[in-house]
Amino acid sequence: MLRGLWKLTWIEIKIFLREPLGAIGSIVIPVVVFLVAGRMVSHGVAPTSLAASNFVSVGLPVLASVLISVGAVLSLVTIISIYREGGILKRLRATPLRPQTILTAHVIVKLLLTAATLLLMVLAGKRYYPVGIHVPLLGFTLALLISTCSILSIGFLIASIVPTARFAQPIGAVIMYPMIAVSGLFAPVESLPPTLQAVAKVVPLTYTVSLLEGIWKGDTWWAHKGDVAALALVFIVCTALSAKVFRWE
Amino acid sequence: MGPVIQVSAVRKTYGSTVAVDEVSFEVNDGEIFGLIGPNGAGKTTTMECIEGLRTPDRGTISVLGLDPFKDVYKLQQRIGVQLQQAQLQKRIKVWEAVDLWASLYQKTAIDGERLLEQLGLVDKRNAWFMTLSGGQKQRLFIALALINDPDVVFLDELTTGLDPQARRAIWDLVRGIRERGKTVFLTTHLMEEAERLCDRVAIIEHGRIIDIDKPANLVNRHCPERTVVLATDDLTAGDRFRTIPRVEAVLCSDSEFTIRGRGDDLVTEVIHCLSENQIRVTDFRTILPNLEDVFLKLTGHSIRD
Repeated sequence: MLRGLWKLTWIEIKIFLREPLGAIGSIVIPVVVFLVAGRMVSHGVAPTSLAASNFVSVGLPVLASVLISVGAVLSLVTIISIYREGGILKRLRATPLRPQTILTAHVIVKLLLTAATLLLMVLAGKRYYPVGIHVPLLGFTLALLISTCSILSIGFLIASIVPTARFAQPIGAVIMYPMIAVSGLFAPVESLPPTLQAVAKVVPLTYTVSLLEGIWKGDTWWAHKGDVAALALVFIVCTALSAKVFRWE
Repeated sequence: MGPVIQVSAVRKTYGSTVAVDEVSFEVNDGEIFGLIGPNGAGKTTTMECIEGLRTPDRGTISVLGLDPFKDVYKLQQRIGVQLQQAQLQKRIKVWEAVDLWASLYQKTAIDGERLLEQLGLVDKRNAWFMTLSGGQKQRLFIALALINDPDVVFLDELTTGLDPQARRAIWDLVRGIRERGKTVFLTTHLMEEAERLCDRVAIIEHGRIIDIDKPANLVNRHCPERTVVLATDDLTAGDRFRTIPRVEAVLCSDSEFTIRGRGDDLVTEVIHCLSENQIRVTDFRTILPNLEDVFLKLTGHSIRD
């Protein structure tokens, strides 16, 4: 069945690139936004401010990564629901293709997309504003991969239950974006009011941000074993749940 | 040859709705078998149970000796499926779809390019799915259903939404499948399609099978009425027609006679009467019942209602 997986993945990549806004919308725009934001913060706003420089060196790359990964998840949710509504999922399932092969192909496409965007961002970022600190890129990529898999599994759960394609994007956004707000990206979790701190504790993105920031700053993996465990748990629970409730038509 | 598909006492419910109830039939090797009935009668549910896409609540199904539920992957290697109202990815190219499908099956007996040629899709091989016309999409779906050289081909509402010309072209293709020794199982709510294409049909309504036979046998059994309409200036003709044993009614308006009776012999007997009495006719035609009338008789309503 590997041949089918490879063929399907390759076709889905080609189809994605044929979408009018496919490549530009999800690869070029995030990179441009990242660069513009980086320049504004590093040149325009108080360069001596510790908070600002901390944001540029750690917060911004992590924010950008999280946004890319959430973006990928939202587009996965949308694609799955469009495919379901159009009967494409059902048509594919009426072949010897296994259900998990069909879904794996889409996950691979999204992971490749995330990786490509990230790579571009790193290349562009190096050129325009040297951060000046050594960043463990390989470790960060691995951390982002773990995070994305975990967020993707939430995406699948959303894709399993959204009623129609029209609702896919808004419902996905309503679930994902508030998670970003309390995840510790904009304000440390410790500085939030107690209620929000409690919310942050159960929001998977909090662990994503903690892991990504930590690895970016050069922490050891051991220091973030809790984050990895939490993300793995999210992945297992969401995958198991969506396997139960996923609808093909 | 024995049956290729055996369906026995299958029942399928969705919530409190009974979609298919106690459905049993067999499909023989090499025939075109049609499941006919109005929308919502349970045709697609029955077909999808046989294809292994749905699990019946009760009853047993065997296709090529396999259980569609337990042996679904083994079965899918040997059948070809066209689903009702299916779509492909908008921007997938015709050749990509054929190439993908070809890679999914162990058996690669069929040459995809030749298949596209046979189905008249060669000049569309680089076209995106979304740019194809309704007929072209259906021909592509037929190509995908045939790519693994299947033993049984399932076609669900194949020509719905197509214009008459495209419909006829598709019928020829389906007959071609039978000529290659395949078994075809199709559903349709078009009686003309069933009558022209199917060797045998099962009439289904409200999830139950009402009758199964060759179209001609169904017509003979349920609608033995025959009507002859003829025109003659001979005013004594009416009385003569009434002496024919099978005739039940003779209506006359101006010089046109409408003769109603029962049984296939009616037409012969009217002709016999005409020649015996040397009645000169200027027009002669017969009105024969068809599957549409059978359906009306069996269900009390037209299939379009």
